[in-house]
Amino acid sequence: MSGTAVAARAFVDFRDVALAYDGQSGFAVEDISLTIGAGEFVAIVGPSGCGKSTFMKLATGLKSPTRGQVDVEGARVTGPLKIVGMAFQAPTLLPWRSTLDNVLLPLEIVQPYRATFKRDRELFAERARRLLATVGLAGHEDKFPWELSGGMQQRASICRALVHEPRMLLLDEPFGALDAFTREELWCVLRDLWQAHRFTVILVTHDLREAAFLADTVYVMSKRPGRILARREIDLPRPRDLEVTYSDAFTDIVHDMRERIGLIRKT
Amino acid sequence: MLRWAPWLVAGGILIVWQAICSLFNVSEFIFPAPIAIARSLVEYAAPIAMHAWQTFWTTMAGFAIGVAVGLLLGMAIGSSRFIYRAFYPLLVAFNSIPKAAFVPILVVWFGIGSLPAVLTAFLICFFPIVVNVATGLATLEPELEDVLRSLGATRRDILFKVGLPRSLPFFFASLKVAITLAFVGTVVSETIASNEGIGYLMMSAGSSMKMPLVFAGLFVIGVMAMVMYEFFAVLERRMTGWAHRGSAAAG
Repeated sequence: MSGTAVAARAFVDFRDVALAYDGQSGFAVEDISLTIGAGEFVAIVGPSGCGKSTFMKLATGLKSPTRGQVDVEGARVTGPLKIVGMAFQAPTLLPWRSTLDNVLLPLEIVQPYRATFKRDRELFAERARRLLATVGLAGHEDKFPWELSGGMQQRASICRALVHEPRMLLLDEPFGALDAFTREELWCVLRDLWQAHRFTVILVTHDLREAAFLADTVYVMSKRPGRILARREIDLPRPRDLEVTYSDAFTDIVHDMRERIGLIRKT
Repeated sequence: MLRWAPWLVAGGILIVWQAICSLFNVSEFIFPAPIAIARSLVEYAAPIAMHAWQTFWTTMAGFAIGVAVGLLLGMAIGSSRFIYRAFYPLLVAFNSIPKAAFVPILVVWFGIGSLPAVLTAFLICFFPIVVNVATGLATLEPELEDVLRSLGATRRDILFKVGLPRSLPFFFASLKVAITLAFVGTVVSETIASNEGIGYLMMSAGSSMKMPLVFAGLFVIGVMAMVMYEFFAVLERRMTGWAHRGSAAAG
């Protein structure tokens, strides 16, 4: 997968998508039309309760749209996709499993790894260890989640989302509960993982600096019912260093997006 | 000090009890003193042991059925909203019936003997297991379920990889409640309809005014229930140490 440039062809394609939850009046999201290229890093920002998480569920096939159509890799999404990894604000690691076993969980479930899991366990464990090492968790593999700090748990959670080499990574405010320094560290961890593997990322966040630093394209969503109000390409050169967040160009981008969000909140 | 606290309190109560009985010369037929109870424990050791064994095995048999049924029912109720809605009200209604009321029915069906005791123990002890297992399964974080479902996990995968391990602490906590309830069920049934077991022993001792022996029966039940409770408490700590990390797993 690495080596392929950010392709222009659509990897995820939303066409006039709307979703209403059962027993609720009105749509949670509506009129969503956008395309995401393979290997593109997309961030979705907006006020809280704007349907950002609903957007994620639509992209993974966990929810089917009430109206419109979602295509992934040119095929219509009808059920949960198996090529995705997910991580949330809460690390949701299993407390009875060691960090290593937590990261191995997807390989016990997803095919083709599942079929050979018992036989290739050592091989997979080695791979999980390497992945944990790249996010700075070497030496913590055998600890239990509750023995790790919040930032370390979130690193492990991202490893779990990536261990089966998904084509698409979905992150729902993954750094929301972390302190500012840990958050910036993990931005870099995510940036490096993405640079190395070039999976497609959909990052849901309300942190504009986070979105501007990490993403190729930022979509701004409105209040409920969520619509895409603006699309902003971040043309800062890559690879980006944390220093870039103090540059004028970066500040301008964040400022511009902040103003748009400010307008939404007033209406 | 903390270790010895329960023994000190128990010893203190026995001393006060003995003192009151001796000082006010309370009749043994009304309220026997600890020493009289101990004496009758020794005197009737053989029949007490025989009846205690009867009570013990019927309780354990009823408890075993209760665990099996409770687990299965709990799994069914906890993993399906439909089954939950359909069965839960009925279970609650059933649970609120005093189980002693079933004993006459069980006697008509199965006669006097061990079977009604086993069944009463089962009927009284399975409910907390059902509720706890179902709660453990139903409170699964939706995010975690999303993670697993997006990997293509079947309902069975989610149940075995996450649901059941996660509800183990609930399950073991309910075992501690259930085992003491099972003893209640057995003894109630034995006092009403049996000619064996501690419940029967106490009934017949009471009707022949052997009050120290009645109290000796109480003591034996208390010890058996406490030992079994401790057994499951230790098992719980062994099996689900991760859930009690605050106190035990600091190292």
